[in-house]
Amino acid sequence: MQTHKMNVKRKRSFGEMLDQASPKLLILPTVLIILFLAIYPLLLSAYLALSRFKLVRGGFELKFVGFRNFKKLLFGSQEYHFLGTVGEILLWEWLLIVIVIAALCRWMFRYLRSAKVTVVGTLGRSVTLVVFSALTVLAFAVLNGTGYPGSLMITLFYVFAGVSIQFVIALGLALLCAQNIRGKNFFRMVFFIPIMVTPVGIAYAFRMLMDMSQGPFSPLWTLFGLGEFSWAADASMARWVVLIGDSWQWIPFLFMVLFAAIESQSKDQVEAAQLDGAGAWRIFKDITFPAIAPVAATAVLIRLIEAFKIIDLPNILTNGGPGIATESMTLHSFIAWRTQDLGGSAAVGYSLLFIAVVVCVSFFNFIGQKTQPKGA
Amino acid sequence: MKFFNLNQRRPLSKLLTAITAATAVTLAAGASTAIAKKFDGVTVNVMTFTGPQIAEPLQRHAPAFKELTGATINIITVPYSDLYSKLLTDFVTGTNSVDAAVFAPQWLVDYADPGYLEDLSSRVAKDTALDAQDISPFFRSFSTQYQGKTYLLTLDGDFHMIYYRTDVLKAAGLKPPKTWDEYLAVAKAVHGKDMNGDGKADYGSCISKKRNAQAYWSIMSIAGGYLQGQGTGQGAFFDTKDMKPLVNNDAFAAALTIYKDTGKYAPADEINLDVGDTRGLFTSGRCALTLDWGDIGTLAIDPASSKVVDKVGASMLPGSTKILDRATGKLETCTTKTCPYAVDGINRAPYAAFGGWSGGVNATADEQVKNAAYDYFSYVSQPAQSNADVTKGITGFNPYRLSQFNDMDKWLAAGMSKGAAQNYLGAIKDSLSSPNMLLDLRIPKNQNYQGVVLDTAIARFLAGEINVNQTMETIEEGWNELNEDLGVEDQLRLYKATLGQ
Repeated sequence: MQTHKMNVKRKRSFGEMLDQASPKLLILPTVLIILFLAIYPLLLSAYLALSRFKLVRGGFELKFVGFRNFKKLLFGSQEYHFLGTVGEILLWEWLLIVIVIAALCRWMFRYLRSAKVTVVGTLGRSVTLVVFSALTVLAFAVLNGTGYPGSLMITLFYVFAGVSIQFVIALGLALLCAQNIRGKNFFRMVFFIPIMVTPVGIAYAFRMLMDMSQGPFSPLWTLFGLGEFSWAADASMARWVVLIGDSWQWIPFLFMVLFAAIESQSKDQVEAAQLDGAGAWRIFKDITFPAIAPVAATAVLIRLIEAFKIIDLPNILTNGGPGIATESMTLHSFIAWRTQDLGGSAAVGYSLLFIAVVVCVSFFNFIGQKTQPKGA
Repeated sequence: MKFFNLNQRRPLSKLLTAITAATAVTLAAGASTAIAKKFDGVTVNVMTFTGPQIAEPLQRHAPAFKELTGATINIITVPYSDLYSKLLTDFVTGTNSVDAAVFAPQWLVDYADPGYLEDLSSRVAKDTALDAQDISPFFRSFSTQYQGKTYLLTLDGDFHMIYYRTDVLKAAGLKPPKTWDEYLAVAKAVHGKDMNGDGKADYGSCISKKRNAQAYWSIMSIAGGYLQGQGTGQGAFFDTKDMKPLVNNDAFAAALTIYKDTGKYAPADEINLDVGDTRGLFTSGRCALTLDWGDIGTLAIDPASSKVVDKVGASMLPGSTKILDRATGKLETCTTKTCPYAVDGINRAPYAAFGGWSGGVNATADEQVKNAAYDYFSYVSQPAQSNADVTKGITGFNPYRLSQFNDMDKWLAAGMSKGAAQNYLGAIKDSLSSPNMLLDLRIPKNQNYQGVVLDTAIARFLAGEINVNQTMETIEEGWNELNEDLGVEDQLRLYKATLGQ
């Protein structure tokens, strides 16, 4: 048998070998390009995150410093900047934290007792449990009025509050436009315009609009006694102004996706429900929303990923201020990079990547999958 | 309609004259283009910050320079907050798309030490047109040299000063403030009055406090008088014994408190105002006091935009009657021993903030490009151009030549009254000649010390995120961390060298 096999190998021509290897050869350029453009920068920035960048005569020097850049963010001089300034947590707030963590533990426990336990699933859920528990404690510690949020919590504010508001408004507009109203196409086009404007343009437009003393609406503000009021000096107001600008830009994206999903749902079920006397809310809750849920979940996931990267609006509207009240993680990273703290900048970038992956994968696994039609 | 009447008879002499003239013009034009200019075909990419200041004169002088030398000067502008890193990235990565740049001389150490900038010493020595001896020694040496070599050409002279409305203070029976307590008292007294006749209440003080902009020098302008009493060589940023930051003591606490208190008499959005905004407010007559570089003096005399022509006074930075005891960290009343340069018991430390925009040349550029870049900076700095530029607010260039302080005619021609000119130039001269002048930080990565750590902590303090003590601790921790990262001994040695120790 051995001799026969060797004989077979000897008989293979060069053409046959080439033919056999052709799939690998054909995808090799693509793989190399992906490696060069995606993996290599990722690895290089990982090394940067563990290094200190220093200018030296004739070039620069990268000195390996281990996890010092991350230590600085979590426990060192940049802790206030990244995590925030921790305030006093009241008793009732501790109770809420305990309830949230208990709910997360229960969810984990139920998974461990189910028949679908896998090593990867357990590991993933453990990370989610730890990260979400830590974020819950941090949220209460820095957002309760006695502390001050850092770029991590500010980013999460833009992500969760922003995407929630944008989803609700976009869904409302999509449902309205799905009705038989005149000028439906005109509204569709108008609602879509903001997404085509560059974010920098939107930021400058909002900066002008929100100028209480000299902007186009200043007579209106003055009429309401707000001519001397400055939202930019108030941390909370400034964050909301950034969020309004971001929403103005991104509601059209969610609107278009949701509108398309509503338009493509089966009319038979809706008409049958109407014949049975179901009200509008009931039809929406039991027919429309389940029908559009898979598309909605995907759109929200895309929006979540995008929201983590917010930088243009806070940078141009407020420069991250007042203080660091509107500074997102991307802006934090950019400011560090701007001053040649490349290691610190990469450390913030990797932290952002980690949080974004945990949040988005959790969303995909625990919300996105539930919206999929059964049997799919 | 006939364009040519072939039947019309023209005298032959006229025709010959026309042909001769046309030939002469053609030959003359040909001759002028035939004369090769020194930098024909050379293009110099010069980077500076988004104007209009600084970029305006650089762009305006470029065509005349091209006419003279043939060199094309291409001015590239970027936001101030990006300028440091854009240049550094260009140099470090070897992109070298920037042949020359006009930037803050504070960054000289970061650019010159790794060898990115051309040593201009020999060029300056041979350049008679520059008239280098006319440039004030402070700007000629401290702002342009590193380790004894000249890397920059001065285009601007910078000092922080205070400006006040002469008419408003006179009407209120007040004198220009000499201490920071007096500054607050004046601001409080006039705050809410209509200062420009538009029927609206105006402000006692307007100081740029925007984060990630050019506001972070202001705190040292206030703290200087409390921190430095023994003359320029003492320094006010670090203790020269051990590089301990001088930012966590009673002096710095007093400065922080005053800085925040100025906001009580300011526009509601002062925390978000850049220098351009406060200048606009002051020249539109909406502020009684402000803290700024020399620009306000010339912006205020522009009748097209200013409502305060001949109503503006300038003064050296106010000071303090108390000085820091560095051993205890407490404030002590000034004595002749602790504040030898105090006048009437008031210790003032005029702050040479920023140091004046200066031009440097990329060491890797082609030789002809380097020569053209140097010649351009020299051309802009030469008295013929510079003496006129410093009298115009739009240029952002402030006086830095000795002749500019002495020759009143230029200032009178620019629209300043003799009294105003003497007052304005006097304030700069007083600052420049003060033996207790406060030098700006010139150690490696000073941008991180001031533009990041200090700026962020001050912004958080003004926003109410942290109190005085937390602010001081944050700055101290951040500066100590940078010292350790870069080497305490190295930083101390370089810091002492900038102070002449």
